Amino acid sequence: MEKLNKDVWVFVEQRDGKPADVSFELLSKGRKLAKNLNGNLKSVVIGHDVLALAEETFRFGAVEAIVVDHKELGHYRTMPYSRIINQLIEKEKPRVMLFGATIIGRDLAPRVASYTKSGLTADCTDLQVSDVQYLRKDYKDLLLQIRPAFGGNIIATIISPDVQTQMATVREGVMRMEPLEKHVKGKIRNIEYTPDPVDELVKLIEQHRQENKVNLKAAPIIVAGGYGMRTKANFELIRELADLLGGEVAGTRAAVDAGFINHDRQVGQTGVTVRPKLYIACAISGAIQHRAGMQEANKIIAINSDPEAPIFGVAHYGIVGDAIEIIPRFINVFKQKLR
Amino acid sequence: MQRCVQTGALNQSIILRIKKAAMGFNSIVMVKQVPDTANISGQVMKEDGTVNRAKLPAIFNHEDRVAIELALQIKDKFGGKVTAITMGPPRASDILRECLYMGADEAYLISDRKFAGADTLATSYVLSEAIKKIGGYDFVFAGRQAIDGDTAQVGPQTAEKLHIPQITYSEEILGIKDGSVQIKRKIDGGFEVLESKLPLLVTVIKDAVSPRPFKARRVMAYKNARTLLELEKLTEGNSLLYIDQLKDDYVNKGLYIHTLTMDDLKLDESRCGVHGSPTKVHKVESVVLAGGSHEMIEPTKEGISRLIDQLLEDHILG
Repeated sequence: MEKLNKDVWVFVEQRDGKPADVSFELLSKGRKLAKNLNGNLKSVVIGHDVLALAEETFRFGAVEAIVVDHKELGHYRTMPYSRIINQLIEKEKPRVMLFGATIIGRDLAPRVASYTKSGLTADCTDLQVSDVQYLRKDYKDLLLQIRPAFGGNIIATIISPDVQTQMATVREGVMRMEPLEKHVKGKIRNIEYTPDPVDELVKLIEQHRQENKVNLKAAPIIVAGGYGMRTKANFELIRELADLLGGEVAGTRAAVDAGFINHDRQVGQTGVTVRPKLYIACAISGAIQHRAGMQEANKIIAINSDPEAPIFGVAHYGIVGDAIEIIPRFINVFKQKLR
Repeated sequence: MQRCVQTGALNQSIILRIKKAAMGFNSIVMVKQVPDTANISGQVMKEDGTVNRAKLPAIFNHEDRVAIELALQIKDKFGGKVTAITMGPPRASDILRECLYMGADEAYLISDRKFAGADTLATSYVLSEAIKKIGGYDFVFAGRQAIDGDTAQVGPQTAEKLHIPQITYSEEILGIKDGSVQIKRKIDGGFEVLESKLPLLVTVIKDAVSPRPFKARRVMAYKNARTLLELEKLTEGNSLLYIDQLKDDYVNKGLYIHTLTMDDLKLDESRCGVHGSPTKVHKVESVVLAGGSHEMIEPTKEGISRLIDQLLEDHILG
């Protein structure tokens, strides 16, 4: 029997040459998966002048960086990037391939999965390796792709038992970034880029990118509001409390959808994952997608009028009541103590 | 003589171009009926923690309605045809009628029991084969993602199978000229403008445009549009109705929703439904909460005061 490749590959995403945090987070996780699989962790770096970036992946445990460096590849474009990865996977057949669930990753991964007929699971919140029995057949060392499903009412474990390459995307911040104390002595392997007419079907005309000013991930205190704040005006209370405590404002997906707050401040599975010192959840019922993004906070205060709300399940302190009355009370008491 | 031929050829090409401009651009729009996951009540959850889909209200995936709107705007401006397609159970014909109410010219229901349990790879296989059969398209549109899975995978996977480029997360169509389209799309931290040759698959985000309301005249006309399965139901127990005649009648009245099965599309069964899906659900767990571990704080001034003292003491605040 042909020996199966057990390698874990991570697509290393860069924008204007700057790596995305999620790629290092995935390498940190991929290192553990590769160990469990008895395989090697490899990074796939595509871009222009990306040698330094490729070497940086050794700090996270990649033993090899597969590099495709060409001036035509500076900016991400679907056609050349997917074509390059398709060919690499077809030839080398890694066991696992991980992508960030960024706009680039969500554009690229499905196209690659379609071509290589791989299984692909989006927005995983956890990845593990385990032996699995499925339909009375035993499978060794499958990738368990764990994600909330159906409005967050269930947690599903997805497997791709009969394919060579198991693929998954993971949101930024979900996995922890864990550099090694001493980086491994990795190998750079350059792959030549051969242009193809299909690469030119879509041309980049212009691009505008702003550094994200909001950095929820680094905030020690976060005050977050949910749809239960009812109006945008009420949501100002969240802002007031956050300012007073020296924290950042955040919201749930429902609050973002209702227009109370911008998407860049959304906490949860489809937003940012945070681990602050203090998280105050105001009028948030606590759907699992939201909890997935905040339950590792050091201390959580939940304020909700429904004593059965799931948010209390992850809270350290619970206050049952209407957040719109309780936040001003909190603000007053805190101001008195400051005097 | 030589010149004549050349002029002839030139005329021919001009005529072709004028004809193309007059015909406009044809769009096929992939739409999906989804369970309303935002409004899940207790009844919908079964005791074993799985979801009872039948109990969920079914709605038109919003971003797909935005996709229909974009296709209709291209039609309004340049002419052409808008065809809505969906893969789903028979009741998904509801959203196809809604596409017709908005202004779509034709609708296709792609339905077969053998499609059940399809993941995104198997779904994109069926949809891409249906699109090939319909043919004659300049654009394939879809919403960025459907709210029941949030995967955003079917669009790119369909594009790959059609061997055409894709532009995902599209916000605005800036212009179409000489067989190319310029599109503004969202990227992480900003936006970019891309220019693509046609045909192209485009997925759109919800902020792109607001879907137009139904036109009363079209609702009156198309509320009687029927799929083959629905016509078959009509003939059941009525010996005077023959399905072929009935279908011809509906086709002639423009009220027939095309219905395609696995056999109609001559599909490879091993690539459809659960068999064609590399991803499998291994385990489903209802969400278990730790619960009970938190300290209850009275919602009074005194209660909050004690809480703040505790946080200050623990150096969480201050």
